[in-house]
This record gives sequence, structure tokens and C-alpha cells, in this order.
Amino acid sequence: MEHRKNIIELKHITKTYEDGFTAVDDFNLEVRQGEFVTFLGPSGCGKTTTLRMIAGFDIPTEGEILLNGKPITNLPPNKRPINTVFQRYALFPHMNIYENIAFGLKQKNTPKDIIPKKVKKVLELVDLEGFENRSTTTLSGGQQQRVAIARALVNEPQILLLDEPLGALDLKMRKEMQLELKAMHRELGITFIYVTHDQEEALTMSDKIVVMSEGKMQQIGTPEDIYNEPINAFVADFIGESNIFNGIMTGKLRARFCGGEFVCVDDVEEGTHITAVVRPEDVILTAPGQGNIRGIVTSVIFKGMHYEITVESGKNEIVAQSVNSATPGERVGVKVEPDNIHIMIAEDHTNIFAAEINKNWELEYNENVLNVDLTAIIRGSRMMEDGTLLDANGVEIDKRKIRIMVSIQPQHIKMTDEIEQGMVQGYISNLIYKGDHYSYVIHTDLEQDFVVDDEYLWNMDDQVGLLMPVEKMTFTVKR
Amino acid sequence: MMKKAWKVLVIIAVLLFLYLPILVLAVYSFTDATNIGAIRGFSLHNYVTLFTTPELVQMIVGTVALALLSAVLASILGTMGAIGAFYSKKGMSSAITTMNQVPVVNADVVTGFSICILLVIVFGVSKDTFVPLIVGHVTLCAPFVFLSVTPKLKQMDSSIYEAALDLGATPFTALTKIVIPQIFPGIISGFALAVTLSLDDYFVATYTKPATFDTISTYVVNATKGSQTTIKTALWALSTVIFLVVALIVVLMNLRAGRAASERSGV
Repeated sequence: MEHRKNIIELKHITKTYEDGFTAVDDFNLEVRQGEFVTFLGPSGCGKTTTLRMIAGFDIPTEGEILLNGKPITNLPPNKRPINTVFQRYALFPHMNIYENIAFGLKQKNTPKDIIPKKVKKVLELVDLEGFENRSTTTLSGGQQQRVAIARALVNEPQILLLDEPLGALDLKMRKEMQLELKAMHRELGITFIYVTHDQEEALTMSDKIVVMSEGKMQQIGTPEDIYNEPINAFVADFIGESNIFNGIMTGKLRARFCGGEFVCVDDVEEGTHITAVVRPEDVILTAPGQGNIRGIVTSVIFKGMHYEITVESGKNEIVAQSVNSATPGERVGVKVEPDNIHIMIAEDHTNIFAAEINKNWELEYNENVLNVDLTAIIRGSRMMEDGTLLDANGVEIDKRKIRIMVSIQPQHIKMTDEIEQGMVQGYISNLIYKGDHYSYVIHTDLEQDFVVDDEYLWNMDDQVGLLMPVEKMTFTVKR
Repeated sequence: MMKKAWKVLVIIAVLLFLYLPILVLAVYSFTDATNIGAIRGFSLHNYVTLFTTPELVQMIVGTVALALLSAVLASILGTMGAIGAFYSKKGMSSAITTMNQVPVVNADVVTGFSICILLVIVFGVSKDTFVPLIVGHVTLCAPFVFLSVTPKLKQMDSSIYEAALDLGATPFTALTKIVIPQIFPGIISGFALAVTLSLDDYFVATYTKPATFDTISTYVVNATKGSQTTIKTALWALSTVIFLVVALIVVLMNLRAGRAASERSGV
């Protein structure tokens, strides 16, 4: 792509509300002339707040916004050559469609003989010829959205902001409008900044996607970059469906995760804790023994274009998409091509493992009961006398539908020679000296790797038991 | 069967209770009776007196003028207050709303008396300037306008104000061209409420009105104590006229509301 100048730049933008909530935190962005940029993230990630600051409805607490190199941080919205398409259209109900669209032109004192021509042209653009005298209340949602787009575009803004504009439309209409918006963008050459929580929408329409979470930019890149090379587990999880595993590098271009060894193409130092991402469409099911790992099919769901097949391998679950069906209970092998494994260096070394709920409603790991109260872990839950557990809404909790994830830091685990005393047993598969301590990787009999920090030197391949104090564990509930 | 009869009886009793007093006055207003009791014959002389006695005509015109003027002022202030509160921060907004409730609940006699003390005694404003009277009536009415405008603001899509700014309108244009038209029905009903409150008022007027000026309320109270029979019977006619005008307005408003509702459901 040729080098075009930046139309808008956001420099260290922070927005903190009076109650102390920081909606956007040190946000930096450059948007080039004519780009289609999408802010993508779950609700409450700060994407709409960022858009509102570009529009001028909110003023950043810190930082600067530049339009064509000139600061506009404190410029009121009516002075900015930027127009917005609102989520709920925000059409003026007391005006007809002509008046709605002409409103912006009238504010700019456009000559009276030009206004009707411009309105007509923009109505043609959105496929609503002849709708001038209709009332806004007689239109369908899709038509109202087109009027809202026309009303913004007629002002020939330098930037068009779109705040989840298709959120209120049904699926079919939404798909149609996605393509139409994309075509309009190509035709007009105006810079579009689009906000959505729908990853498919973002992937379909954008030149550049900005993934946001908790007020921070997680990753910026083309749809292909974001999809194929997610920078962290959040992005991988949010964009598309993914199998995400914690693992470790076991050699040059070799990684172990999901209970197997895989060849990969990302050159990461041996012994590094990693997060591996495999897209379901890249999981290949083979005959048992021919894959990297073995597993049993636990569920098969027909999705129209493909089957979604869940395979259980030891403690791990892998989701595969395949055009061929499988039968639950079938033994299969699972193979992933090196190219299709995306390795990310794990941000921290927290050990995370799943605990089970036994029939006495106690937490159990490797047949050791963890001495914690389940009602304290599941917020708002209470135990009934008949031995059922109710959640905060008073609904009975199904043991099979809930998973409790336990996390524990490496420095809180102790190794012991008396291996039967440990909560889980394994051998030391890796050790790295980290200056004041050794970082060990213990490959357990349950096919999971634990990272343990210890001051003392142990030998490779030593059999050890892991002592994990319950009071150092944190628990999260997954449904 | 008995049950149904009871229902009808109760309804008739309630309606009689509500409308009999005014019906009696209305009937007597068309007679030449000087007292409620003996009717001698049909006569329009009460109406002739009502519309030809300069004192009475002046009093009626003055009252209506006062009501309209105070209602206009109260509508402006009440609307501004409601919009201000609506777009204020949460704490400020609820503080304004609460403060607005107090004068609504407060006894009129307290409002009238305190305005009289403040303006006439403390600031030395002469009652003859009409300022205390108008201030009093605006104070009385504005909170009710606030109350009838606020729900309309809440119904409004709050982003249309931002949409107007976004399209290049100044905040003032956005307010007058976009927000006001949206809440106009609320302003109108607030205005109507203000007019009736001002017409109704007795206490505020007695404390703040110029000595030579009378509203219908103050006039009626004085006249019924007085001995001029022609004036007293003319007031029967006045009551009848007021009742008919009000009834007409209510019927028209209900018809309009019914039509608007059927138009909406027709879409």
C-alpha cells in the first residue's frame, strides 16, 4: 500500500471518569487517509469512548488528538469535519427524511439550490431514491440506518465514525449492509472508523483492526495478521474460535502442549513457557497413532458447513472442524501442521490446572481433596440440605457443566523427594537458572507441565512430588 | 342482577356528587332568582351583567392576562430547569429534581406569604408594580412545568442532541431545533397546567396583588361576603362559563389524544 499521510493521530489518550474508572488507558493510534479502521473488543473495553473522543463528545483527561497534524483535542463536535453514524440511528423524529439529511448542510449555510441536489445524490448512494418526504417512523431498521449513513455522508466528512451501526439489524440485513458499507468506503475514499464487538464484521470490512480490552490496545494489524498471528491469549480467544494451550518449548522449533510434542515454526528459546494457539479448522483428525496425540471423540455437532468435533486427550480438550463426521467414543489421532501452530511467549508463569468436583461437592485434584469451601468459590452460591448446590439465581448447579480452574504461582510450589506426599508427581524435564533461583519445569504423570521456582539445584529427570498449599491457590469458575 | 344495579347506583351517586353543585349553579344562572331557592322565570340578565359591568369584565380580562403571562414565564423557566437537570451530572440532577418537589408539595399560603415578605418587606418592591404577583404565580407554576417536561426528555433518544452537534449545529441550535420540538408536547401540557394553577390561585394572589386589582378568586371571595346581589348572581354565570370552557377544553384534548393514539397504532 502506498504511503499516505496520517489523517488522525491519537497520542497517549487516557480517559478517566470522575468515579475513578479509566475507560481508555494510554491509547496511541495513527490512521491514514482513506483507511477503514475497526475498533474491536468486548463491551466495556473503551472502544466507544475512544470513538466519542474522536467525535468530540468526550474530552480526554490526558493526551492529544491531531487531525491532519493539528490538535483538535478540545474542539467542540460541531467544529470538527467528522460525522458519526449512531448505534440507534438518532434520526430526528419530527423531521422527514429530506429535512434530516439537509440538517447538516443547512448548518453550514450551503446555498439553497444546492441542498436538494446533494440530498438526492446521497439518497441514491444509499438506495433510498424518492424517500425524501417519508417520515422516519415509517421506515424499517435497515432503512433508518441508511438514512443515518446518508445524513452523515452528505456533509462530505473527512472521517466517518460508525458506532456499532449494524447492531440493531437482523443477521441477513447485517451481512448485506456490511458489504454495502465496504463498497461505499471504496467508492468515496473517506476514512472510516468503525466500532464493533462482532469479530466477523471486523474481519470482513476492515483494512486495519484495533483489538481493545480494558481500555488498552491489545493488537493492531490487518485482519489476516490479527487472525493468524494473535499477539496474546486474549486476542486469540476473541478473534475466531481457538484451541489455546499452555505449554513449554522443549527444543529448537519443538513445543509440548496438550499432552504431546509438536514441531512448530516459531523459534522460541528452549524452556520458555508458551501459549499455543491452534485454530479448529487446522486440527486434523487421523487414525489413532498417526497423529501427534491420541484422543477420544466426545461430541460431534453439525454446523452446516462443517462438523464441530470435540476430542478429549488426557486432561485436554481439542475442538476440530471437519467436513467429515465422526462418532462419539471413537478413538482418533490428532495432528497439526507446524505452520498452523501459533506460539506466543506466555506473559506470566502462573500454573493453571482444572480441579474436579467430587460427589461430596469437594474440590479434588489427582484424587487429593482440596480443603476449600465450594460456596466461597462460586459467588453467591449456597448448599442445600438435600445435597444440591444453588447458584446466585437459585438455579441448581450441574457438576458436569462447571469447571473450576486453579492457579498457583511458581514460587508457591515446593518440590519433595517423598513423592507420595505431593499433590501430583512428575519428573523434572527442564531447568533454567534465573539469577537468584532455578526455574524448573515438572512434567507430571497427568501430562501437565508445572513451573516451579526453587533456590536449590535439583537434577534433570528427578522424580518429585509437588507440594501446593491450598491457601496460595486462586480459583476461577468456568462454565 | 342486583349486583349490576348496585354498580349503576354507585356510579350515579358519584357523578351527582361531582356535578350536582355546578349543575345547580348553572340552572340558577339562567333565572332571575336572587337566592338559591325560589325560581321565578328564565332570564339571561346574569350574563348581561357579567359581560357589561366594567368592574367584572376588567377583573376577568386581568385574571386571564395574568394567567397567560405567568404561564409563559413559568414554561420558559420550568423547561430550562428540566433540560438543565436532564443534562447535568447524576448527583446535581437529582438535587435539582428534589428541590423542585418542595414547592410542589408546599402549601400555597406559605409560598404566597414568604414571597410577600421577601419582595415587599425585605426588598421594598411595591405591590402596585404587579412584580410580586407575577413572581408569585411563576413560582407557583414553574415546578409543575418542570414535572411535565422531564418525562418527555426521558422518552427522547438522548443521542439526537449529540447527533445535531455532530452535524455542525451549535449547542443553541441543537437545543431549539432538535430538543425543544421533541419535548414540545410536555411544554404545552405544562403551560396548560400553569394557566389553570394561576386561574385557581387564591392564597398567593391575596398576599401579593395590588390593592386595586382582583383576580377571579379574590373577587369571588370578597363578593360573596358583600351585599350586592346582582354581582353575586352574575358570579353564578361566571362559574357556569368557566365550567363550560374547561369541559370543552378537556373533551377536545381527549379527542386529540385518542386520534394520536390510533394514528400511532395504525402504523
